[in-house]
Amino acid sequence: MKHQISRFLIKNGGVLLPFAVFLMIYFIGGKLYPAMQKPQVFFNLFINDSSLLLVAIGMTLVILTGGIDLSVGGVIALVTTASAAMLRDGASAYIVMPLMIVIGVSLGALMGWIIQDLKVQPFIATLMGLFFARGMAYIISLTSVPIKNEVYKTIALTPIYIPFFPNTYIYIPTLVGPIMLLVAIYISYFTRFGRTIYAIGSNEQSAMLMGLPVRRTKILVYAFSGFCSALAGIVFSLSLLAGYGQFATGMELDAIAAVVIGGTALTGGIGNVIGTLFGVLIHGTIVSVLQFNGTLSSWWTRIGVGILTLLAIGVQSAFYVRKKRS
Amino acid sequence: MSETVNKIVNMEGICKTFLSVQALDQVDFSLLKGEIHALVGENGAGKSTLIKILTGVEQPDAGTIMINGQKEVIRSPQHAQALGISTVYQEVNLCPHLSVAENILIGREPHKFGFLDRKAMNARAKEIMRGLGVDMDVTQPLGICSVAVQQMAAIARALEIANAKVLVLDEPTSSLDANETAELFTVMRRLKAEGVSIIFITHFLNQIYEVADRITVLRNGKLVGTYDIKSLSRLELITKMIGRSLLEYDEMVNIKKESRKFIKSEPWLKAEQLSRAGSVEPFDLDLREGEVVGLAGLLGSGRTEIAQLLFGIDNPTSGTLRIDDVKVEDFAPLKSIGRGVALCPEDRKEAGIIGDLTVRENIILAMQAGLGWFKFLKKQEQYEIADKYIKLLNIATPSADQQVKNLSGGNQQKVILARWLATNPRLLILDEPTRGIDVGAKAEIQKLVLSLAEEGKSCVFISSELEEVLRTSHRVAVMRERKMVAEFTDESGDQIMQAIAGS
Repeated sequence: MKHQISRFLIKNGGVLLPFAVFLMIYFIGGKLYPAMQKPQVFFNLFINDSSLLLVAIGMTLVILTGGIDLSVGGVIALVTTASAAMLRDGASAYIVMPLMIVIGVSLGALMGWIIQDLKVQPFIATLMGLFFARGMAYIISLTSVPIKNEVYKTIALTPIYIPFFPNTYIYIPTLVGPIMLLVAIYISYFTRFGRTIYAIGSNEQSAMLMGLPVRRTKILVYAFSGFCSALAGIVFSLSLLAGYGQFATGMELDAIAAVVIGGTALTGGIGNVIGTLFGVLIHGTIVSVLQFNGTLSSWWTRIGVGILTLLAIGVQSAFYVRKKRS
Repeated sequence: MSETVNKIVNMEGICKTFLSVQALDQVDFSLLKGEIHALVGENGAGKSTLIKILTGVEQPDAGTIMINGQKEVIRSPQHAQALGISTVYQEVNLCPHLSVAENILIGREPHKFGFLDRKAMNARAKEIMRGLGVDMDVTQPLGICSVAVQQMAAIARALEIANAKVLVLDEPTSSLDANETAELFTVMRRLKAEGVSIIFITHFLNQIYEVADRITVLRNGKLVGTYDIKSLSRLELITKMIGRSLLEYDEMVNIKKESRKFIKSEPWLKAEQLSRAGSVEPFDLDLREGEVVGLAGLLGSGRTEIAQLLFGIDNPTSGTLRIDDVKVEDFAPLKSIGRGVALCPEDRKEAGIIGDLTVRENIILAMQAGLGWFKFLKKQEQYEIADKYIKLLNIATPSADQQVKNLSGGNQQKVILARWLATNPRLLILDEPTRGIDVGAKAEIQKLVLSLAEEGKSCVFISSELEEVLRTSHRVAVMRERKMVAEFTDESGDQIMQAIAGS
C-alpha cells in the first residue's frame, strides 16, 4: 500500500504539486478577500486567461519535445490585427476565422521546418517568428483597430450560464481553451503522435534510431502550437473586440512560466498538459488576488510567477536530476 | 547453391571513406540464417562503420548489399527495420522517461476506438519480456530500471517492432555483470534456435567462444577473414585482430624484468595508516622511483578510493601521507599536481577528456593549471609540447588541432596520459587506463607505463584485469572490501586471485 502511494506520487507528482499550489493560493485568496469565494471568480479565471491557456497548451507540447516557441505572443498580435483589419474592410467572419487558423498553422509549420531541416535552434527560429508576426501586425496597422462585426460581437458577448451555479456565466470563446485542453490530453496520451513527442523529448537520437517519425512530429508540433496561437488570437480579438500589434506582449514568457510551473521540464520528455492548466490557473489566481487587493501594483503578478517558476525548476532538478544519476 | 539461399545478409566490396580516412576498404560480410556471428577487430577497425551501413545510418561509397538474396539500398534505420534488420546499440538507445512497455512497442502500439490501448500494450509488453526471461512491471519508466533490463527492453523492441530476422548487438555485455551476461546468452541462443541471425560485437574474446558460431575479423578497415569458431584458436584470433603475434606479450615479461633494475631502494612517498572513514580502511603504501605498483581487486574494493586519496580529491580522516619525508597537510588536486602527483581517472568520458577541445588543448590542460592561469603558455610552445607527446605516445590523430571526440577510445586515453605526462609528474596514478580500448592499444599503454618507470617515475596501476596488473606491476597490492589485504612482490596469479576472493 505504501509502495503504491509512493509510486502514485512519483508518477503524478508533476500534476499534484501545481494542483496543490493552486488550491493553496486560491484558499489564501478566499480567506483574505471573501468576495473571491464566489464561483464566478473561479470561472473568471478561464474567461480572463483563455488565450494564455491556449498558447500554453501548444507550448507544452513544443517544450515536451525539448523545443520552445517564442512566437506565440506575436502570432496573437498578428491574428488580432489582421482579422480586425479584414473585418473593417468588410470580410465575412466565417472567412476571417479559418484564414487566421491557416496563417497560424503555416507560420508554425514553417518555423518547425526551419528548426528541423535547416537545423536552426528553436529559440532563434521562433524568435524570428515573433519578430516577423509582430512586425506584420504593425505593418497592417500602427494603431488599434476596433472590431464592429456583428458575428464577432454576438460570439463575444453571449454569456453561457453554468448549470447549478446561479448567476454564474462564461462566454462562448471561453470554451475554446478547455476544449483544446481535452484535445491535447487525447493527443499526448492516446495517440502515436503524442507518444512520439515524449520520446523525442526524452532522447531525440534514440527516437530516431527507434524508427519513429521524428522529423514529421517535430514540424507538426510547431504547427500545432501555431494552431493554438491562432485560436488564442481569435479568442483575444473576441474578448477585446479589437486588433493591435501591442496585444499579448510578453505572453510567450507567461506561457513558458505556466508550462514550467505545471511540472513540464524544459529539457523535454517530462510533464503534461493537465499540469499546464494548473500553471495557467495559478497565474490567473495571482492576478485575481491582486485585483481584489486593489492597492498593490499589478507587477507583483510577474514577481509571484517568477518565484513560482524558480521553485518549480528547483523541484524538478531535485527530482529528475537525482533520478537520472541513480 | 544452398549457401546463397542461406545467406540472409550478403555484403560485398563495401567501401566507405570519412574525411579522407578509409574506414572500410572492399569488405565482404555474410550472415547465415540462424547463426551467431561475432564481428571483431580493434577500435577503428571498421566494425561500427560496417554495422552503420548495414542498418542504414550511413551509405556505402561502393559495394552491394543483398538481403535474402535481394539487392537492396538501405536508406535509413526505418528502412533497415522494414527489411528485418534491427540494432541494439552499446549505449541503450531508448527513451528513459517512457515506460518499459512504451519503449518496446512505440510505433506499433495497439489502438482501440482511436485511443491507444494501454492495457493491451502493457499486457503485450509483459508477455514479450517474459519470453526473454524477464518478469517485471512494464509500466515503470525505463530510466529507473537496471541497465540489464534496459538492454533486454531494447532487444525486445528490436524483435517485436522490426520482427527482426537480423539482430545486431553492439557491445551488449559491456555494462552487464556475469549473471546478466549469462542470461543474455541464454536469450541469444533461444533466438538463434528460432532462426534469428545475430551479429555480436564484443571486446571480450571468451564471450565469443561461448556463444558465437562464426567470426569475422576486421583490421584497419579491411577484411582479414571469416572463420568457423571451432577452427580458430584464441591465439590465432588475437594474432589476426592485431596483426602481430603475441610474442609482444612475452616481450613484456622481459621489459618488466629489465625495468626492475631502475627501481630506487628508498621510497619517496609513504602512506602510513592512511584512511578515510566510509571509503577505505587504513593502509600502508610505499612508492619508490621507477616502481610500478598494481592495485588489484574487484570493482568497489577501494582501489579508486586509494587513488583519490593519493591525489587529494578526498581528504583522509586518519593517518599520514609523506612525500620526501614531508607530511602532506593540504589535500587538493591542484596542490597534488604541484607535488608531482597525477591521476588519470577511471571514466575518461566523464572525468577526463573534454571532447570538444582539440588534442593540443587537452594535453596542455593540466600543465597550464599547474602553472596558474596567468603564466599563459605561448601557442608555439603548446604545439611543441603537443606534437612531442603525439609522437612519443604514438597518438593516431591527423593533427594537434583535431577535436578529441573524433579520436578512438585508445587514442583518447593516450591524450589523457599525455596531459599528465606533460606536467612531468613523479607519480602517475592510472585508474583503469585500458578499459574499453582494444588489445593493441592496451599493450602499447602497458609498455609505455614500464618505460616511464625506467625514466624514474613511479606509477600506481589500477585495473580489473588481473593479467594486465601482473604484466605491468613490480609489486601488487590486493584490495578487498575497502581494505588492503595483501601485497605481493612476486607475481603469482593464483595467490593474488585467492587474496582477492578472500579464501
